Amino acid sequence: MSFKITSAVIDPETRKHDLVREAAGACVTFEGWVRDHNDGEAVQALEYEAHAGIAEKEGAKILAEVRERFQILAAYCEHRVGKLAIGDCAVWVGVSAAHRGAAFDACRYIIDETKARVPIWKKEHYASGATGWVNCATKV
Amino acid sequence: MIEITARYFAAFRERAGRDTERLSTTARTAAELYGELARRHGFADSMTRCKVAVNDELTDWDVVLTAGDEVLFFPPVAGG
Repeated sequence: MSFKITSAVIDPETRKHDLVREAAGACVTFEGWVRDHNDGEAVQALEYEAHAGIAEKEGAKILAEVRERFQILAAYCEHRVGKLAIGDCAVWVGVSAAHRGAAFDACRYIIDETKARVPIWKKEHYASGATGWVNCATKV
Repeated sequence: MIEITARYFAAFRERAGRDTERLSTTARTAAELYGELARRHGFADSMTRCKVAVNDELTDWDVVLTAGDEVLFFPPVAGG
C-alpha cells in the first residue's frame, strides 16, 4: 500500500509488478491521461502542483480506508507533478485482490477520493496562450 | 494581534504574487484569516471548497490560530 507524488515518468509495468501476490486472482488498474480539451477549450499541456507531504499523508489515509472497506491484497497510487504533454499518464492506480469485484470497487474509490481530497492542482495551458487553474474561481 | 506565516498554493500563489508572507493579524481563526486575505488578494473561491493546513496538518477552518503558526491555504483541488 503506497501513495506517491512524483516528478518522474510513471511506468505502469513496474507498478503493476509490485501488486503481484500468489492469492491474487484480479488486478484492476486505472490511468489518467492528459487530454487535448476541457470544457470546450483546446488544451496544449497541463501543469500539476501538489503539496507532496500532505498529499502523501492524505493518500495514505485513502489507501487505509480502501483496505478496511474492500477485500484487497495490494493497492498503489502515484500522481505526477510538473508539466505534462498530451497523452502523458498523470495518475496511475492499481489494485490486486482475490476477486474482481473488490479490485474494481477499490480502484474506483481510490481515484474518486484522490480527485476530491488530495492537495493536487491542475493548470491548463490553452491553445490560445491563456492558462487556467481547474475548479478555481480565483482568476490569476 | 499575532504574527503568523501564510503560505499560498497554485491559483492563490499566482493571484497573491508570492508564495509566503509574514503577517500581523487580529484574526482568531483560520476562517477569519482567509476572509482577511481573500479581500486583500482577491481570492474568489468559497472557503467550503478550499482547504487549510496549520503547521503541515490539514485542519478545520474554525481552528484557533497561535502566534508563530504557519497557515497553508489550498484552493479547490483538481488531481487526476
